[in-house]
Amino acid sequence: MIRRLMGCIREYKKPTILAPIFITLEVVMEVIIPLYMAKLIDEGIDGGDFHALIVTGAALVVFVIMSLVFGVLAGKYAAVASSGFAKNLRHDMFHNVQTYSFRNIDKFSASSIVTRLTTDVQNLQNSYQMLVRIALRTPAMLIFSLVMAFMVNAELAVIFLCIMPVLAAGIFLIMTKVHPIFKRVFKTYDKLNGVVQENLHGIRVVKSFVREEYEKKKFGDISGEIYSDFVKAEKRMTLTNPLMQTCMYAAIILLSWFGARIIVLSGGRDFSTGELMSMMTYAMQILGSLMMLSMVFVMIIMSRASAERVVEILDEKSDVRSPANAVMDVKDGSVAFEDVSFSYSGKEDKCCLKNIDIEIPAGATVGILGGTGSGKSSLVQLIPRLYDVTKGSVKVGGLDVREYDLDVLRQEVAMVLQKNVLFSGTIKENLRWGNENATDEEIIHACKLACAHDFVSAFPDGYDTYIEQGGSNVSGGQKQRLCIARALLKKPKILILDDSTSAVDTHTDAMIRKAFLEEIPDTTKFIIAQRISSIQDADFTIVLDNGVVTGVGTHEELIENNEIYREVYEAQQKGSVPQ
Amino acid sequence: MSRPMRGGRNMPPVGTPPKNAKKTFKRLISYIGKYRFMMIPVVVCVLVSAVAGVAGSLFMKTLIDDYISPMLLEGNTDFSGLLSAVTTMACVFAAGIIANFVQSRLMIRIAQGILKKVRDDMFSHMQTLPVRYFDQNPAGDTMSLYTNDTDTLRQMITQSIPQFLSSAVTIIAVFISMITTSVWMTLFVLAFVAVMFVVTAHIGKQSGKYFAEQQRTLCNVNGYVEEMIHGQKVVKVFCREDETAEEFDRRNEQLFQQSSTAHTYVNILGPVNNNLGHLQYALLGVFGGILAIFGVGGVTLGAVAAFLQLSKSFTQPIGQIAQQASSIVMAMAGAERIFKLLDEEPETDEGYVTLVNAKENADGTLTECTERTGVWAWKHPHSDGSITYTRLAGDVRLTEVDFAYVPEKTVLHDITLFAEPGQKIAFVGTTGAGKTTITNLINRFYDIADGKVRYDGININKIRKSDLRRSLGVVLQDVNLFTGTVMENIRYGRLDATDEECIAAAKRAGAHDFIELLADGYDTVLSGDGAGLSQGQRQLLSIARAAVADPPVMILDEATSSIDTRTERIVQAGMDALMQGRTVFVIAHRLSTIQNSDVIMVLDHGRIIERGSHEELMEQGGRYHQLYTGSLAQ
Repeated sequence: MIRRLMGCIREYKKPTILAPIFITLEVVMEVIIPLYMAKLIDEGIDGGDFHALIVTGAALVVFVIMSLVFGVLAGKYAAVASSGFAKNLRHDMFHNVQTYSFRNIDKFSASSIVTRLTTDVQNLQNSYQMLVRIALRTPAMLIFSLVMAFMVNAELAVIFLCIMPVLAAGIFLIMTKVHPIFKRVFKTYDKLNGVVQENLHGIRVVKSFVREEYEKKKFGDISGEIYSDFVKAEKRMTLTNPLMQTCMYAAIILLSWFGARIIVLSGGRDFSTGELMSMMTYAMQILGSLMMLSMVFVMIIMSRASAERVVEILDEKSDVRSPANAVMDVKDGSVAFEDVSFSYSGKEDKCCLKNIDIEIPAGATVGILGGTGSGKSSLVQLIPRLYDVTKGSVKVGGLDVREYDLDVLRQEVAMVLQKNVLFSGTIKENLRWGNENATDEEIIHACKLACAHDFVSAFPDGYDTYIEQGGSNVSGGQKQRLCIARALLKKPKILILDDSTSAVDTHTDAMIRKAFLEEIPDTTKFIIAQRISSIQDADFTIVLDNGVVTGVGTHEELIENNEIYREVYEAQQKGSVPQ
Repeated sequence: MSRPMRGGRNMPPVGTPPKNAKKTFKRLISYIGKYRFMMIPVVVCVLVSAVAGVAGSLFMKTLIDDYISPMLLEGNTDFSGLLSAVTTMACVFAAGIIANFVQSRLMIRIAQGILKKVRDDMFSHMQTLPVRYFDQNPAGDTMSLYTNDTDTLRQMITQSIPQFLSSAVTIIAVFISMITTSVWMTLFVLAFVAVMFVVTAHIGKQSGKYFAEQQRTLCNVNGYVEEMIHGQKVVKVFCREDETAEEFDRRNEQLFQQSSTAHTYVNILGPVNNNLGHLQYALLGVFGGILAIFGVGGVTLGAVAAFLQLSKSFTQPIGQIAQQASSIVMAMAGAERIFKLLDEEPETDEGYVTLVNAKENADGTLTECTERTGVWAWKHPHSDGSITYTRLAGDVRLTEVDFAYVPEKTVLHDITLFAEPGQKIAFVGTTGAGKTTITNLINRFYDIADGKVRYDGININKIRKSDLRRSLGVVLQDVNLFTGTVMENIRYGRLDATDEECIAAAKRAGAHDFIELLADGYDTVLSGDGAGLSQGQRQLLSIARAAVADPPVMILDEATSSIDTRTERIVQAGMDALMQGRTVFVIAHRLSTIQNSDVIMVLDHGRIIERGSHEELMEQGGRYHQLYTGSLAQ
């Protein structure tokens, strides 16, 4: 896992190495400075030596400036290293996600991928920066200070050795006790946010059922949980401060007592006041860095979960990929399903499509009818290889879809998904997804075919109207028509509409179908619909039930001999269509 | 359904300073209210621990001047005096530690209590807001009040404010000690602090600027990720992976630039402050040394030593205050946004007519009773003190109603319709014709601009909103489910419904079969708005939820649009049985759904252009006929 993450450092190796180096240098300076300060006091002030005072003072200033330069450089490199690391992480993750198949996406769920790309990466960036800056700094500080303290006065330095384990053990104990509670708090936090989110989106339901009080209670319970957990966690957490102070003050008191004794008893020969002062400084440095070290330790433990989640994304391999020597040209829009079985989980005993055998000539209009969960969407998703078959084969233009280059295949198969999305950007930009180089005329033509031109031109900004994220500023029917236009711009050999006109009224729906028939006769068209009217003029219709084809035929044939079709038809009691 | 009128991008960027910090702060303080008695010991403890800290610094002076130096000079080895001094100091320290501990313990309760109250207040208030608020404010913006803004508030209350307080106390105490030790050296320190202040302020300002920028870019990148990942399937269908990744890289690179600049500034703040402190220490040592050597102003060696220590205690808290200041500013901006939500005008409700259970007397009059009788009545108190009871029948009349979501843009014109108890009224028309808007008015999600809406003869403005809505069952096209089991989701319709009633409702709604097939049947936990269920299944659940509520009037807004026709027929049968004797408003594109309605209203651009039964309208050969036959002749 660590190796995988380290692979993302790449061009930021230099700052990653330089930052700790400069930090070490800074630490060296910071350890030397108290030494010279002691000298300043002992020789300069105590000894009343004016010359020594000035020389030592000047030396100190030089050290301080060096320390400052090192510190600034270290800070800069640490920032570059950690930001760069995060950038590469995001880059690698996002690029890998782009190669994912539908199955990969289903496995993680979109929102989980988003969290991993945002929150988790940020956690890692912070931890990485901590690592680069502090992980080396504190041990270095600890060791250097300890060494210096022993050099100054070994007897007194033993005090540190006594106090250090107490502090380290104490903090570590507190942290390990706090950690699980915090983990729980964050889970509860998610729950709280979940309730808010559900209420924001479902406010009409809440208000319709007059459930405001119920929701308030639900929220109150969770926020109460957060309260008590946080109080519990922080109660333990607040022990660190007094612990730190106790150790610090104990060090000062002990140093004062024993230090003073040594000074007085030795007549100031073995130990001086200035040295006592620097021992005090070392005390702060040692205990402070010890505290930092245990914090870093906990930080890293906490970010481990994020690291795991990120690596999962990086390691996931797409299971749908272009083959070697891929075929780069799709001959025509004919489609054949040969003994196709399919299951989302890949297990043959849980198939949602079973032994499908159908041949569709190029240019045909094919209706697909079936109840919820009968496998309609699954069937058409196999054509552009959004999923791979579990058994059998799907052929387009006479060749198995797995032999084509993925981009080539998908370029020729335009699909309007059931759950379709527009992206934030102008209408024109959205439509150009179908064909980047489409001229304005082509765009307008496609919109006319999809019956979208009229309402688009009615917008004040026409084709430059800005679509909000998720297409929230156009109605469902308008969105569907724009999505159809977008697909048409691909000029595909196969066009698949997966229940894409459900929010469009019957009249417009009929107009769109008429346009298809007249304008793109060579394109093979698959139409999944609930309304018989949408598919009754198809060349033939496939009736699915529970993943099995129960009938294939024209409207008349199916009315004659397919019970499901007839039932649906009668339910809809469709009048005759004057064509 | 969200109307196309969202405000969108009007969220102030993160890092915007609060507009009226003083007022916001005052209001925040008012939240301390019930904790104000706890605040007294907190302040005392902060004082004690700060004083103990200062005493520690001063102790060096005493140690050197009063003990070490004289003892050295006299060769005195009687340590009893020193022992008692050290013991006294230990006691002072102990007091400081205890004070610190007590203070942080108390602060936890106060801080978390305040945060809980802020959260609860926000959520409670949000529940009272009119639907208009939710239509106009993107959910993400409101969401960030609960996450980002509450979080910065938490940091401010638990960390920044206590630290700010103790820093301030320390600064004052140290300053007093310094000035009593040596005026000259104090002046020197002050001059240096001024320099430090300028430098810190400069770096702080820069880092704040870049951080705000970074935050904006981060939002931008995260927004892009969210949009693209959620639309990933579309990206794949259109083979736009490369372009999408390219655009992402562009934004990612920008984020890197800003993030590294912002972090650089933050990172150098520490070393700069630290080393300025060292520099001051060195220069002060030289300066103090000169004073001591030449005996200016009676400065002693111990005084210099103590002063050096003091100066450190002086500059440290100043640096801390500078660092906390920026986070306080950020938190105040967040608090201001939170208060803005709390100040949103709640849904007004002047209704005084309430819905009660009733018993029918032998003479046909109604009497109020507490148990569930199946008979409901509107309890209508009059100004003269008398009370009348009107049976809840489901008679809805709109008379000459006009309505506009935004003033000047009327979307409904002169709508008049009568729905008698038990009738099925259908609305037909193109998207945007105003069908959903009418139902929004009946349950008072929005209030009419002009005209009258009467319910069982009562002006609906007089009916208490909660009771009005309780009498109306609504099933919307966009189904919202809540985290919880399937059973809980169905029970949402009526909280006291038994499991059997819920299952019966599910059967009526045609949802029972698929529920049985779920992993844990009715106990299957739904999360993420029922992700994993198909749109049709979600609609079935939503119908079951309304069925269990058993309301006298039902509004079905495209309630079966994603249910296949066969299932719909089963549902329809159940619904028809359910709807017996109830008033139903139906909106549907699939005209087969509404064919058997008593009255069909054809809407166009906010006006009713045709009305009548299916047969009548077909005969008229107007718009309905066109829609129905799918005729292309316009």
